[in-house]
Amino acid sequence: MIEAKNICKRFADREVLSGIDLDIRPGMIFGLLGPSGAGKTTLIKIITGQLVFESGEVKVFGKNVADLTGEDKRQIGIMMDDHGVYDRMSCADNLKIFADIFGVPYSNIAKTLKEVGLEDAAKKPAMKLSKGMRARLRLARVLMVSPKLLFLDEPTSGLDPMTMRYIHKLIMEQKEKGCTIFLTTHNMEEASVLCDEVALLNEGKIIERGAPEDVCRRYNHQRKILIHLTTGEDIELAHDTYSAGKISSLMEQGTVETIHSSEPSLETVFIELTGRRLESEEEVKYA
Amino acid sequence: MRNVVTIVKKQLKDTLKNKTVLIQFVMFPVLTLIFEHAINIPDMPELFFAKLFSVMYMGMAPLTAVAAIISEEKEKNTLRVLMMANVKPWEYLIGVGIYVWTICMVGAGVIATSFPAKDIPFYLAVMAAGFIISIAVGACVGIFAPNQMVSTSMVLPVMLVFSFAPMLAMFNDKIEKIARIFYTQQIRILLNNMTFDGIKPESFAIVAVNALLAIILFFAAFRKKGLE
Repeated sequence: MIEAKNICKRFADREVLSGIDLDIRPGMIFGLLGPSGAGKTTLIKIITGQLVFESGEVKVFGKNVADLTGEDKRQIGIMMDDHGVYDRMSCADNLKIFADIFGVPYSNIAKTLKEVGLEDAAKKPAMKLSKGMRARLRLARVLMVSPKLLFLDEPTSGLDPMTMRYIHKLIMEQKEKGCTIFLTTHNMEEASVLCDEVALLNEGKIIERGAPEDVCRRYNHQRKILIHLTTGEDIELAHDTYSAGKISSLMEQGTVETIHSSEPSLETVFIELTGRRLESEEEVKYA
Repeated sequence: MRNVVTIVKKQLKDTLKNKTVLIQFVMFPVLTLIFEHAINIPDMPELFFAKLFSVMYMGMAPLTAVAAIISEEKEKNTLRVLMMANVKPWEYLIGVGIYVWTICMVGAGVIATSFPAKDIPFYLAVMAAGFIISIAVGACVGIFAPNQMVSTSMVLPVMLVFSFAPMLAMFNDKIEKIARIFYTQQIRILLNNMTFDGIKPESFAIVAVNALLAIILFFAAFRKKGLE
């Protein structure tokens, strides 16, 4: 669905993307993870033909991105983090503009608004929507066309957990319909839940890639089991046969309150590889 | 063509709810009707307010409306969404241009009710040409301005020159000599004569040069900045 080879992009003297290779198969959810400024949005803009790049090759639907026709572009839905809506117009009127542009029947508008949970807000001006509702309206705009390929740039950034879960559900529904999804996020939990494959992007380079669980397993150096006892004591056991006996005896005594294996999350893998967090302290604080 | 019609429809819906742009379209036609019917000063030239406000309307409404529409879409990143939906920049600009021109012509039609019926075709023809120049100038500002605030500060001096120069020219000969290079002043002269036969080659040439400059400037701005 998307093939990229050795993409390089510079802004003035700064190299923002360096030697990026991608191979995104049809029907998968691909997650590009990285902290703010890593080059995620730049990469989406390159793949969707919004930005020219210095070297490399990008193919979408098997065609060079520059050769995509209007019909090809109609099958691509793009929801960027900074894309706006027409504030003074109602949700339905916002969608009507794009129904006219794409030649989609108006009957799809109500259906799409219902899908994203905005049916009651159809006549409400976009300026009166909450942040989560606006995000759902932006998503409705791209879903209305039933795209084959969906680009979602930080689709849940700054949203409350309920709206986030709602959007995750919509994304999974699109996947079930056969849509290929390319999403960027710095939320590793979101990537673990949604993505079939992830790539970790740092300072313009992909530093690790694979299925989220594979990536985590690859960095499971510690192989430890952490047990919190009812007495308040924490014990750390090695991942071996001796520990099996010890855990069994603790279980029999009924003193185990929690038990965790120590395989890393995508966040800890990222920290191990780069020495920095996916989300800045500031973002974590205000999330 | 479908996209151009979509842009026109979008603007129609949006402007009805956008008071700042709407007031530009309504203000001068309404003022003209009020002044023409309410004020009658002895020795005042015939249709003085209708002609004066027509030129001010031409120099102000299309220019500020086009600049405001384009710069707002840039600021809110809705223009980018349109471009990514495969709306071509020329389709967008023509759509906005047709919309603003049409609304301004409706406004001119309202002002035209003050004129004798025989003068209306000439009046509307002259206004139609003037609106096109103003729209091109407004589009230049909209293309250059990254957001509405910059657009307002850029459009204000241009608008003041084009809309107020003809009025000031009535009271000051020096200003009149300078104002004569602007299309709005020439259109004011044309409106005073109010006949196709009375169009002087000088007026025609100045309006044509203004139009040419506006179009060249528009293409230069578009080539340099694009629409994003």
